[in-house]
Amino acid sequence: MDFYGINPAVLIASLMVASVPIMLAAIGELVVEKAGVLNLGVEGMMIMGAICGFITAVHSGSPMLGFLGGAAGGAVLSVLFILLTQVFLANQVATGLALTLFGLGLSSLLGQGYNGIKPPATKPLPFGPLTDIPFFGRILFSHDAMVYISIAVIAAVWAMLKYTRAGLILRAVGESHDAAHALGYKVVRIRVLAILFGGAMAGLGGAYVSLVRVPQWTDGITAGAGWIALAIVVFASWKPWRVLIGAYLFGGITVLQLNLQASNSFPIKIPVEYLAMSPYLITILVLVIMSSGRGRASLNAPAALGQNFHASR
Amino acid sequence: MLILERRPTPSRFWAWGTPILAVILTMIAGGLMFAILGKDPFEAIRTIFWDPLFNAQFAAYSRPQLLVKAAPLILIAIGLSLGFRAGIWNIGAEGQYIMGAICGAAVGLAFYPMEAWFIFPLMVVAGALGGLIWAMIPAILKTQFRTNEILVSLLLVYVAENILASMSLGLLRNPEGGGFPGSRNLGQYPSAANHELIAGTGMHWGVVAAFITVIASYILLQRHILGFQIKLAGQAPRAARFAGVSPNRLVILCMAMSGGLAGLAGMFEVAGPAGQISIDFNVGYGFTAIIVAFLGRLNPVGILLAGLLMALTYIGGELAQFMLGLPSAAIQAFQGMLLFFLLAVDLLSNYRIRVPLLIKEAR
Repeated sequence: MDFYGINPAVLIASLMVASVPIMLAAIGELVVEKAGVLNLGVEGMMIMGAICGFITAVHSGSPMLGFLGGAAGGAVLSVLFILLTQVFLANQVATGLALTLFGLGLSSLLGQGYNGIKPPATKPLPFGPLTDIPFFGRILFSHDAMVYISIAVIAAVWAMLKYTRAGLILRAVGESHDAAHALGYKVVRIRVLAILFGGAMAGLGGAYVSLVRVPQWTDGITAGAGWIALAIVVFASWKPWRVLIGAYLFGGITVLQLNLQASNSFPIKIPVEYLAMSPYLITILVLVIMSSGRGRASLNAPAALGQNFHASR
Repeated sequence: MLILERRPTPSRFWAWGTPILAVILTMIAGGLMFAILGKDPFEAIRTIFWDPLFNAQFAAYSRPQLLVKAAPLILIAIGLSLGFRAGIWNIGAEGQYIMGAICGAAVGLAFYPMEAWFIFPLMVVAGALGGLIWAMIPAILKTQFRTNEILVSLLLVYVAENILASMSLGLLRNPEGGGFPGSRNLGQYPSAANHELIAGTGMHWGVVAAFITVIASYILLQRHILGFQIKLAGQAPRAARFAGVSPNRLVILCMAMSGGLAGLAGMFEVAGPAGQISIDFNVGYGFTAIIVAFLGRLNPVGILLAGLLMALTYIGGELAQFMLGLPSAAIQAFQGMLLFFLLAVDLLSNYRIRVPLLIKEAR
């Protein structure tokens, strides 16, 4: 069952892998934005995660330690964002941009001498005979742990926001930090934790790019995935499960265009550059659709998004 | 513990003091970074900031480069600063820069090998229009569909980079280039070339345009009603709306100006210092210009100085790479660091820092 040399089971399986980095980064950013903080530095944190994870994995020989290193790298960079926006009360948009610019520079500095090295392979989880089920075995039971972990994180964030007291407080801080402060919640402390979580998730996503998706190190390896993750949060209207849908959608487009680039039997020959720009164009298109009209996504945005909190008392 | 107290109006002293403090802090932190990389920090800082201008051996080459590198940064940063002041975040200047270069070069190459006086002016117009139209995409999406201009303008950078690759491999490729990617060299086509105007200074038409832009935007902000509206919309959006300032009009105008200027910068670059459209034509001026705009405190004169300083880090960085083996990525990180320190010390202009113990004693 092939369409122009593209096998649907393989396509679905690989879109699940392709969507992991943006899914992780987007769910982290969703928590950050739910706390009322707009961190535009996702791209910078992702690429720091990519290089830190890569270095850790190469030296330890263990991909799992690599993922941890990546999460740590993203979180460390997010500490800078915390320092600037929560302590020094700097503009969040400008700080996020600074984080991306600095992250891109620092990552290529750290990555010197790691070009062309192969990281240790991340093995798929052993599901035994389940993997051999036709079609579904390939789609559901042939992945490495991170694919399942990313979905578990989405479920956990959804449950946390919807059913727990911590989730309620987080949302209160994001909707009105003054009210939350008046109720005695530590606005800054909650936001710090949210930003750290966002940084760790972005770093984890970045590590997945350099350890599994590519897998090697080149400068600028994340190629805008962080910005697409930011767009997916808007697409998802700040709802966790829609992040999953959004990430699969964009993972699907990425994989499809890569397959079309490689496919020789597809009847229309589209130049590589136009295929390569399609994920960005479709992201813009989706953003336009989501932000226009009466049911627009921005109505769902946390009310205090992007505002700094300074308690005068 | 320290207490922050909001100032009723931003401090005038710190308005000029913060950029200088930030540069000093960046030199210290950058020096530490260079030391970690195993280079002598004092030598590295001297190589970056002093040698390009005053070293007998290198200054002759480096000094003209200062204007060459500063011109695009200043052009782009002036445009961005207008939008930033009004709260309109065009961060896709890199894409507008690329599109300006492509459009400008395309017009020039279309006339090849004809020699005529009007070709270069036409290229200037085409370059500005290219950047302007590319910036209109996020602007119109914002005014019509309330789409976030930050994300759209940034995502369009990746689209523009792919168009650049496609152009240098396809439509604009030099037919006599033996199949190599990249266009004809505009530097060898007199009617389209953006030559040095005064030999040995680095002064080309882009530099002239940058100076004119600084003066024009200074007048715009100080003396023109539009400049007032831009400042008002940024500082008090509600008051601006009551005063009859149309937010949509401002979005279109600010994006048009920043896009047009970025396009101009790209066009002057491709016709002059770069010479041709190639896959790696863009080197991140569009992003560095964001730092320049903030370092200049969104003020035209400040941006002029900031652009020169940032150009110095580019040239000094190259020199340090050549002399000390300092990786170019270290310079990129150094520039990013500068923006961090700027944003951090900006606190001083908006807040007073009080030490509670001292207040008690004073009473």
